[in-house]
Amino acid sequence: MISSKPAHLQGVYDVVVAGGGPAGLGAALAAREAGAERVLVVDREKEAGGILLQCIHAGFGLHHFKEELTGPEYAGRVLREALEHGVDVLSDAYALDVLPDKRIKLMSAEHGVTLIEARAAVLSMGARERTRAAIRIPGARPAGVLTAGFAQRLVNLQGCLPGRRVAILGSGDIGLIMARRLTLEGVEVVGVFELMPYANGLNRNIVQCLRDFDIPLHLSTTVVQVHGRERVEKVTVAPVDDHLKPVLSKAWDVPCDTLLVSIGLIPENELSRQMNLRLDPVTNGPVVNSAMETSRDGVFACGNVVHIHDLVDFVSAEAGLAGRWAGLAAQGRRPPEDNVRLSAGENVGYCVPHSLSTEREHTVYLRVRKPMEQSVIRLSSSDGRFTVDKKVRYVFPAEMINLKVGPRMLQNFHGDALRIDVLPR
Amino acid sequence: MTPSISTANYLCIGCPLGCRLEVDTAEEDRIVEIRGFSCKRGKEYAAQEHIDPRRNVALTVGLRGGALPRLPVKTSAAVPKARVLALCAALRDLVIDAPVRVGQVVAVNPLGLGADIVATREMGVG
Amino acid sequence: MLCARRSLRSRGLVARPAPVTMPELLDVVIIGGGVVGCAIARELTRYRLRVCLLEKECDVGFGTSKANSGIIHGGHHSDPRSVKGGLEWEGNQLWDALAADLGFGFKRIGELTIALSEADLPVLENLLSRGRAKGVTGLEMWTAEHVRAAEPNLSQDIIAALHAPTTGVVNPYEACFCLAESAVRNGLDLRTETTVLGLSLADGIWAVDTSGGTLHTRFVLNAAGLFSGDIAALAGAPALAIHPRKGEEYLLDKRLQGHITRVIFPCPSPVSKGILVIPTYDGTLMVGPTAHSVEDPLDLTTSAAGSDEVFSSVQRFAPGICPRDVIAQFAGLRAAADGDDFVIGPTSQKGFINIAGIQSPGLTAAPAIALRVVGLLRDEGLGLAPRDDFAPGLPAPVHFMSLSTEAQIELAERDPRYRRMSCRCEFITEGEILDAIGRGAKTLDGIKFRTRAGMGRCQGGFCAARCMELLARELDIPFTDVTKRGGGSWVAIPRLTGVAQEASHD
Repeated sequence: MISSKPAHLQGVYDVVVAGGGPAGLGAALAAREAGAERVLVVDREKEAGGILLQCIHAGFGLHHFKEELTGPEYAGRVLREALEHGVDVLSDAYALDVLPDKRIKLMSAEHGVTLIEARAAVLSMGARERTRAAIRIPGARPAGVLTAGFAQRLVNLQGCLPGRRVAILGSGDIGLIMARRLTLEGVEVVGVFELMPYANGLNRNIVQCLRDFDIPLHLSTTVVQVHGRERVEKVTVAPVDDHLKPVLSKAWDVPCDTLLVSIGLIPENELSRQMNLRLDPVTNGPVVNSAMETSRDGVFACGNVVHIHDLVDFVSAEAGLAGRWAGLAAQGRRPPEDNVRLSAGENVGYCVPHSLSTEREHTVYLRVRKPMEQSVIRLSSSDGRFTVDKKVRYVFPAEMINLKVGPRMLQNFHGDALRIDVLPR
Repeated sequence: MTPSISTANYLCIGCPLGCRLEVDTAEEDRIVEIRGFSCKRGKEYAAQEHIDPRRNVALTVGLRGGALPRLPVKTSAAVPKARVLALCAALRDLVIDAPVRVGQVVAVNPLGLGADIVATREMGVG
Repeated sequence: MLCARRSLRSRGLVARPAPVTMPELLDVVIIGGGVVGCAIARELTRYRLRVCLLEKECDVGFGTSKANSGIIHGGHHSDPRSVKGGLEWEGNQLWDALAADLGFGFKRIGELTIALSEADLPVLENLLSRGRAKGVTGLEMWTAEHVRAAEPNLSQDIIAALHAPTTGVVNPYEACFCLAESAVRNGLDLRTETTVLGLSLADGIWAVDTSGGTLHTRFVLNAAGLFSGDIAALAGAPALAIHPRKGEEYLLDKRLQGHITRVIFPCPSPVSKGILVIPTYDGTLMVGPTAHSVEDPLDLTTSAAGSDEVFSSVQRFAPGICPRDVIAQFAGLRAAADGDDFVIGPTSQKGFINIAGIQSPGLTAAPAIALRVVGLLRDEGLGLAPRDDFAPGLPAPVHFMSLSTEAQIELAERDPRYRRMSCRCEFITEGEILDAIGRGAKTLDGIKFRTRAGMGRCQGGFCAARCMELLARELDIPFTDVTKRGGGSWVAIPRLTGVAQEASHD
């Protein structure tokens, strides 16, 4: 582990960052680079780095570091960078609250409960996994139904196994990665069951995590019943019809002692709620402007706490933005005002940020609701007088779209609201 | 006489499009045609997958005297796909001593597959 | 894989081990550690008696009590002519003192039984007069306007409601744990993971054969809930038929806290109180329960049909509630006896007393049932000499997040266990988890139901590994021996070692 305990806590920080994953560490680094003197990252684990530390597989960093790294390598690099730039990283600690006067209540294994002053704050608490309850799988409630991420922690950090014979519900990347990881550990993975007619993970993972090991992927199929009193004994699965309703007459039983659920992530916003930040009901994260500032002045957010990213590289990019503006805000420089509201239209689940400026270059992140080939991303004003189209060959819910929007693209736009649609060509 | 043609199927991993690639081979596995790709990278991938599929492997090994019981490691180069499980099994009981630094070789060329096993996380004495 | 009972015993935190040599003659053996058994046990420890409580699960309250709605009923719902009708109101009045003594959460939040049509009004009138006849205080008919002002998120179609201010909510498992802990501190011999295998009576002494040895006692109390029919049969008592009736409940996200602030009952039908909205003691809303007879007393499955039934019926009067907000679902089984009333009393087998058929309002009635059973034992000839050293209270547990900032700073300074957040959905510190283990939690569920760690949105995804580490350390067992709730409910297994079994894969 990379030792990172600051010798003592200061009473006042320019920027305090809640959460020491790639988002928080990246934001802290950017805040330092923007001239903030005292920057503190608070992380709950013994070593900062976030969930990457349990993602031991490769596939990270191709955009940000221009080479393919494993999760621990990526985490180690961003932590080293932050430390080398003089960021204080306080691990084994927790940000309990951000008080209205921006004092932050911290709990730390080393320092107990303390209040520190912060001129600006960055929220980067990451995300949590959706659980079985979120989709109400009927049946018994034995031990052995767990999220793929918890299984990942058990295997990669604790060095034990979640079971001997595992079924996986949901074809999200964490579930696919765990299918391979468990197989490599000698566990039998009996199949992956996906409600939708398409897989939710990357093709790379379908091939290298499932096909390489002949693990069947059952599309348009879901778990309709969990069996077992003390421990999972089997699950009943059934194909679904066009309305995603299980066809019980075609159900079959799958003997297994473990059911992993890999059905998506939700931003972790306990702290944001406590602070009464405005939240987006679709992303479940805070509403942010183009400087990644939340509805409270001086409080910024980045990474999965804002919206779920597909690649950590984009988290790092977003963190750079949030950290830079937080660093400047701490020195009294407010981000320039946005003049355009951005909203999600047809086949767009959400777009982030929620507003932008016609004066600057932005990256807008969005996700579609359903896959589409030969489509256009259309930006339009509410009166329909302004439209600009960008052709895309395919769009896919599992893949985040990065749309560059800048003054040139918007030179003929004179409104205060833009909407984004993804339409067939 | 027409040579007998056999077809192998692959799913392209280059992008989310997931092209269904088909590789036709004749005698001695000689590739005669590749179909189903939408770009040059897809075609190259199909050929590589057919001739010599290789994989990078990430796993953990035991750690003695460290802050955690396991150390994440990876292969320093891709190994033949067919040998991945054998490699993992061969490393299953390996335990090394803390401290470890990133990039440190913890096993030299196991099973002679042409790849070392290197640490991917720094682990001090815990 | 056992849940480390031995280790806890050695620390004197739970019951002492079964006597192996000289059989000691006990005064009372209680079979079943649900809320009823625990309430009786605590009541009996007020007297100079040797009392043993046997529970087959690894913790008290892990059967029907755990899956209860947690409502202390207002007192007016059950027919005053029935046994349960009388005990409901008696029990209701005992909860304030109990909660004050034991420190568990109890709030009288009130309830509304609503009318959606003119046809419902006579039913409400009947409930009102029934309650008044029993002496239930504060019952009042509310107009539609009054309902809307008090509960603006209920349907605009409600035309009237009966308000009962006496209705309260508790955490049923918390009440159970507190009752048992108090009883143990006052001398109860609590034996969990102990199954009764046989019962025989000779010369006025009962021999109770258990999975942990044989006990001898003058009285046997059958509080075995769903299994009380089996226990009665073992004792040779007259047949007692128990019909499990399942209730599915759905717990909703904290987001809906405050959406509805009173327990809401639809207008009851002759067979059921209907499906309710319950603001739990912790503030989260719960909806349910269904009521369907099942054969298997172990069938705790939930179903798509049950979920549909719950949400469609609740949405008729609480349109803001939807299945998307579910964070947990569970089912419980009511142990209903023939005639749908409580069965409390001695049997033809001298010294064997049934406390069975305790379905709703069993939780409400439990403290009153305990008093009634003490009276029955006295009538049956058990001498009751009060102890002068009975301690009614329990040390108050720490709820870190409800402390003031100053108190948090002071506590964390003094006790380093309060410097780590273990559960970040419910904000539970490591100190609170360690305290729960100290008070008898041996499993993940034991921690969850004592502290709420693992009960929130992530359902244990984050805190389970940490709780497992703490359990392993405190109970001195391997990490992989930690279970969800005892027995075969293992969570993780050691990783495979060796190369041998891999040959077939390659």
